[in-house]
Amino acid sequence: MAAPKPPHLDTLSLHAGQQPDPTTGARAVPIFQSTSFVFRDTDHAAALFNMERAGHVYSRISNPTNAVLEERIAALEGGVGSIALASGQAALHLAIATLMGAGSHIVASRALYGGSHNLLAYTLPRFGVETTFVAPRDLRAWGDAIRPNTKLLFGETLGNPGLDVLDVPAVAAIAHGHNLPLLVDATFTTPYLMRPFDLGADLIYHSATKFLCGHGTAVAGVLVDGGTFDWEASGRFPELTEPYAGFHGMDFQEESTVGAFLLRARREGLRDFGACMSPTTAWIVLQGIETLPLRMARHVENTRKIVEFLGTQSAVASVSYPELPGHPDHELAKRLLPRGCGAVFSFELKGGRAAGRRFIEALRLFSHLANVGDAKSLVIHPATTTHFRMDDAALAAAGIGPGTIRLSIGLEAAEDLIEDLAGGLRASQKA
Amino acid sequence: MELDVRNAKVYAYTGGKSFDPALPCVVFVHGAEGDHSVWGLQSRYLAHHGRAVLALDLPGHGRSAGQPLASIEAIADWIVEVLGAAHVPRAQIVGHSSGALVALEVAARHPGRVDRIALLGAAFPMRVSTELLEATRTDEPRALQMINIWSHGAYAHYPSSPGPGFWVHGANLRLMERQKRGVLPVDFAACNDYRGGLAAAAKVRCPTLFLIARRDLMTPGRTAQDLVKAIAGARVVEIDGSGHAMMAEKPDEVLDALRDFLSSAMPT
Ligand SMILES: Cc1ncc(COP(=O)(O)O)c(C=O)c1O
Repeated sequence: MAAPKPPHLDTLSLHAGQQPDPTTGARAVPIFQSTSFVFRDTDHAAALFNMERAGHVYSRISNPTNAVLEERIAALEGGVGSIALASGQAALHLAIATLMGAGSHIVASRALYGGSHNLLAYTLPRFGVETTFVAPRDLRAWGDAIRPNTKLLFGETLGNPGLDVLDVPAVAAIAHGHNLPLLVDATFTTPYLMRPFDLGADLIYHSATKFLCGHGTAVAGVLVDGGTFDWEASGRFPELTEPYAGFHGMDFQEESTVGAFLLRARREGLRDFGACMSPTTAWIVLQGIETLPLRMARHVENTRKIVEFLGTQSAVASVSYPELPGHPDHELAKRLLPRGCGAVFSFELKGGRAAGRRFIEALRLFSHLANVGDAKSLVIHPATTTHFRMDDAALAAAGIGPGTIRLSIGLEAAEDLIEDLAGGLRASQKA
Repeated sequence: MELDVRNAKVYAYTGGKSFDPALPCVVFVHGAEGDHSVWGLQSRYLAHHGRAVLALDLPGHGRSAGQPLASIEAIADWIVEVLGAAHVPRAQIVGHSSGALVALEVAARHPGRVDRIALLGAAFPMRVSTELLEATRTDEPRALQMINIWSHGAYAHYPSSPGPGFWVHGANLRLMERQKRGVLPVDFAACNDYRGGLAAAAKVRCPTLFLIARRDLMTPGRTAQDLVKAIAGARVVEIDGSGHAMMAEKPDEVLDALRDFLSSAMPT
């Protein structure tokens, strides 16, 4: 028999996790908009509740449409499974809440989405979980920040706001040297640009709201387990390696050598915190994923053209994109992100806040809103929107200038986008 | 549960219940590069339905200490020592792949210790392709990739093990990768070198079940036929739509077939 090859990402995007519906023959994934699922008999019911048989009981815990999404994402990432959640924030919360309780500590990159920073810096300390933030490029700082009660290292594959590239292999090595897992937020890269498990990460989450969904139509999250981390050998995770009174005394690690984390996260975290995804949302995200490889290729192609255009414009002070030789992570990006550095980036407009306002208001195609990863191109000027309360000094501390503009490049014709930007740049400089 | 056999730690998953040797005992034997967790759902169900369950990690696999044993016969003799350590006089033995050959050998060599055997994905001879055998020695990642692709019948099943949201292909690959380096070539050589299948089958007197997955590319159904013919009264159940990794791909069908077989009246 000829040696087989594993299927490509493009194929898995369409097929993983699904077969045509056995009862109706439906080829597309059906939306199972049902809260609950009938038991065959009482023994079947008892077996489902006690995890002696697999199946769906109630859609807060699992649902057939969601399961297709979960298995597909796991296949794309090369993991063992995943859990679909109500949002990216819910995915980050579930990861943390499964691994630790009060008295625990996280080491996180400083270059994070603002919502993640809020959760770690302000909200979790109220529940007894502390975070030390480090500059992601400072590898010494990651190791130095680890304490006896540290449970997790965490960063974004491409970090806000300057597109810091996380050195996943190096940070994973530091984590593993201390018997700790590494969680990455891979929202900006998607499995098309990077497969963090292949580089050493242990857990991944996505705000599926962004490129996975891809059309700005659903808020969604997904948490993926690589199945690589040995919780037993680590000795720091009694939640996974000792009997849990809240679920039949189950020792999750004993139950499943590679699935302990996800079993606990579903059986406890989804059950108790309840941040489940609606099946209709799962279907919308699945529609997006079917074309993920096509879209990401186009997102990156358009982004490269626009980065190049902006670099030639006199109204532009600087452009920050890791494929540019001047970016501090240029070499790292070549190694870890050979297919591109995504479609979200910032540039600095000359003329400060006023120029930024004029630029945004002159645009016709780019939509002015607070999101990224849509099929349509998006723009935001942090100094007059998300960060308008901050003075210039506070902005600078957050890595943002008064003229910083963030773009999320969509799938339109690059020529049309460039023409729109050219109009905005002209308007920005007319005092 | 931990047992001590030949002065080495042996780990056995007991299905989430404490082990009671007074109950009828079912021993689960995993195949090459596996551990007890391949039997997760089936073993847990039976433990909660009146059986004493020992889902073993073979020596050198999972949590069990020591080196992997180099032949099917050696593993069979070791199983009987495990029964002794667990104070189990007689057991039903369920094996998958090379574990099925082990179950066959235990029944042939130690008939007084075995009530029934269930053989999942059995084949004789269990020849391993030259390319794969070579890869187990020289390119383990490539070998695991080949095994993983050949082990699965489809990109999705409902339900699959351990439950919704698990990508069966990914979980199987990761489980194999978790085994220590050097276990894989020993396990596959043991399959490839095993010669005693027909002689053992001729000696089997206990009720025997063959579970054959219709999409099995590792041990296709026809490769079990000589064994089936050699065991008088052997029962055969075929499983639709599944590859070799049938406990994960079709956990309900596998469990139902095992439950019916293990609880059917003993022939007199
Ligand atoms: C990088 C990143 N991570 C996480 C999130 C949070 O995701 P959600 O809005 O789906 O909760 C976002 C949202 O903007 C994000 O950009």
